[in-house]
Amino acid sequence: MDPLRRSPSPCLSSRPSSPSTPPCEMLGPVGIEAVLDQLKIKVMKMGFEFNIMVVGQSGLGKSTMVNTLFKSKVWKSNPPGLGVPTPQTLQLHSVTHVIEEKGVKLKLTVTDTPGFGDQINNDNCWDPILGYINEQYERYLQEEILITRQRHIPDTRVHCCVYFVPPTGHCLRPLDIEFLQRLCRTVNVVPVIARADSLTMEEREAFRRRIQQNLRTHCIDVYPQMCFDEDINDKILNSKLRERIPFAVVGADQEHLVNGRCVLGRKTKWGIIEVENMAHCEFPLLRDLLIRSHLQDLKDITHNVHYENYRVIRLNESHLLPRGPGWVNLAPASPGQLTTPRTFKACRGAHDDSDDEF
Amino acid sequence: MASSEVARHLKRENIRSLTMSGHVGFESLPDQLVNRSIQQGFCFNILCVGETGIGKSTLIDTLFNTNFEDYESSHFCPNVKLKAQTYELQESNVQLKLTIVNTVGFGDQINKEESYQPIVDYIDAQFEAYLQEELKIKRSLFTYHDSRIHVCLYFISPTGHSLKTLDLLTMKNLDSKVNIIPVIAKADTVSKTELQKFKIKLMSELVSNGVQIYQFPTDDDTIAKVNAAMNGQLPFAVVGSMDEVKVGNKMVKARQYPWGVVQVENENHCDFVKLREMLICTNMEDLREQTHTRHYELYRRCKLEEMGFTDVGPENKPVSLQETYEAKRHEFHGERQRKEEEMKQMFVQRVKEKEAILKEAERELQAKFEHLKRLHQEERMKLEEKRKLLEEEIIAFSKKKATSEIFHSQSFLATGSNLRKDKDRKNSNFL
Repeated sequence: MDPLRRSPSPCLSSRPSSPSTPPCEMLGPVGIEAVLDQLKIKVMKMGFEFNIMVVGQSGLGKSTMVNTLFKSKVWKSNPPGLGVPTPQTLQLHSVTHVIEEKGVKLKLTVTDTPGFGDQINNDNCWDPILGYINEQYERYLQEEILITRQRHIPDTRVHCCVYFVPPTGHCLRPLDIEFLQRLCRTVNVVPVIARADSLTMEEREAFRRRIQQNLRTHCIDVYPQMCFDEDINDKILNSKLRERIPFAVVGADQEHLVNGRCVLGRKTKWGIIEVENMAHCEFPLLRDLLIRSHLQDLKDITHNVHYENYRVIRLNESHLLPRGPGWVNLAPASPGQLTTPRTFKACRGAHDDSDDEF
Repeated sequence: MASSEVARHLKRENIRSLTMSGHVGFESLPDQLVNRSIQQGFCFNILCVGETGIGKSTLIDTLFNTNFEDYESSHFCPNVKLKAQTYELQESNVQLKLTIVNTVGFGDQINKEESYQPIVDYIDAQFEAYLQEELKIKRSLFTYHDSRIHVCLYFISPTGHSLKTLDLLTMKNLDSKVNIIPVIAKADTVSKTELQKFKIKLMSELVSNGVQIYQFPTDDDTIAKVNAAMNGQLPFAVVGSMDEVKVGNKMVKARQYPWGVVQVENENHCDFVKLREMLICTNMEDLREQTHTRHYELYRRCKLEEMGFTDVGPENKPVSLQETYEAKRHEFHGERQRKEEEMKQMFVQRVKEKEAILKEAERELQAKFEHLKRLHQEERMKLEEKRKLLEEEIIAFSKKKATSEIFHSQSFLATGSNLRKDKDRKNSNFL
């Protein structure tokens, strides 16, 4: 993937040039394009933030995947069976690191969800996750509506949620479908087929087709969402991606020698599965999507769409939700005043949030 | 300097720095961001404040190398008005939506007391519009056309002495709302030695009066040196011209005088190139950022506090914006209901009064009608009586006539039959 490919921006109509803004011809260079360099200097100084959440049952290789993505020991990997008890309830576990590459600083926060889908009764196992995501939105909102705001509001909102689908080879399970349905309205979801080395190439393709069909049947809109495609270039690019989603990935954080090269891979008795080899698995696609080309886009959609949706709901229902210290019990005003409809259309999306509970 | 700050901040948050064992690939992040900004386009708003005829439009034309508008403003405006025009410029792949706001009639009035107020009001109005958009429940900030003024070019007349009172007053009122860059206009009328003294005098006056003009940022190493040097050259002495004159074997933008040619882009002649460098090539992004993070935040804070919102309540407990908003909403709703009640009462009252008046009128009319009827009756009776009398008289008269006829005919019988026949005939004619 070409890292300099134009990153699509969400929900932006190309600015209309109304009759009152005539395009003008300049008779010579002025130096306006120097603003790009100024912008670059500014953002390099500020640094970037990225928050990613990995969701899936234990043993699917989430921690290893994160380590492979960022080529470092983000998590101290705990292989199963070494006395680490499986958590009884779903817990969320966040860790933040700062990584730097060629002068670009990235503050990376990874949230893991051990215990997801591991219990006998998995009813509402998505509630803690949704709660966490909304809590981050809430935190940002509270900062934003302060009178004296900070110069740069720290962004802890989850930009991307990677959902690990177990490689059954059949189709999405009810738990997957429930979870994806609820989450794709709140956050950008990228489903991946975990541990894809247990499927052959044909099985992978069949599984992928079936998952895509499942997603379509249940109206689950995963990233990249079709409604946010800006122009024809984005459509073409994103359609190519959408054909390959969910990516079949394999994670590995150990290096082995293959043909004299040192590669990341999994060593088995029947061969070495190279993680970065497109013929073996689609990890490079995932990495390119998440980091090299669509990172900014993920952040933009989170900020411009998901956060705004949350904000609208929150501000409309403000008189019902409890708040912090100093909260005054204000009886809701009599009906007939400020009837803002509860059901609304998300910005450009056809998501109906009327029965969402926060 | 910046990296140590970041490091200290990180230590506070107990965040580890991680070293990567290979190439991950996120050094393309600034490019991703820049690409997105290119798609979104840039927006820059300049406010030009200065007397009529001082060369504002010409300078803007020269700065952006285009001919924006042609006509000259009149000197006879009763008060200061602001005229904004938006243009779309494109250079390679960068699209810039440029808005130029001109003050028409500044310094032309005989009484200049109200000169700066329209400018302050305009700047506040732009902030207000942005604040309104930001406070909306359903908002679209990313498609919002940002009309907040990013920089104010203040044109100082090249008297060579000092700042005028109007200039001082205006700048003092604008410095907390907008980034001010003072420029000496028509600098070709000031000689080099005078220029130095003039600049020093101007800067010392500004400093002693506490006017905060925009300082080019010196915290980033790459541009700190240039900016610091430029800070010492403020205010820039500029000359604007779109006319081209042949100098040597090139056509350059210049003003031709009988005694020589003033070249606009020659650094020895004027500071135009420096202004263009600083304004556009080096600090445009910083100007926008200062406007948003400093001036706009200040406005927002003042406005919200004015409306009664605070971050900290009376017992030093944090008060959320939401609660205050709810309280206000409740208050306004109560107010509105009360007013509605009042109006209803008033309405009912008025209706009653009107009804009473109408009833009165009706009664009066009725009485009049009765009265008229009575009169009419009386008249009629009188007429009836008269008629009766007349009829009686007629009867009496006809009786008399009949008797006189009989008498007459008897007398004829005595005289003769011829005469009788004639008389009969005559009488028969009369009867």
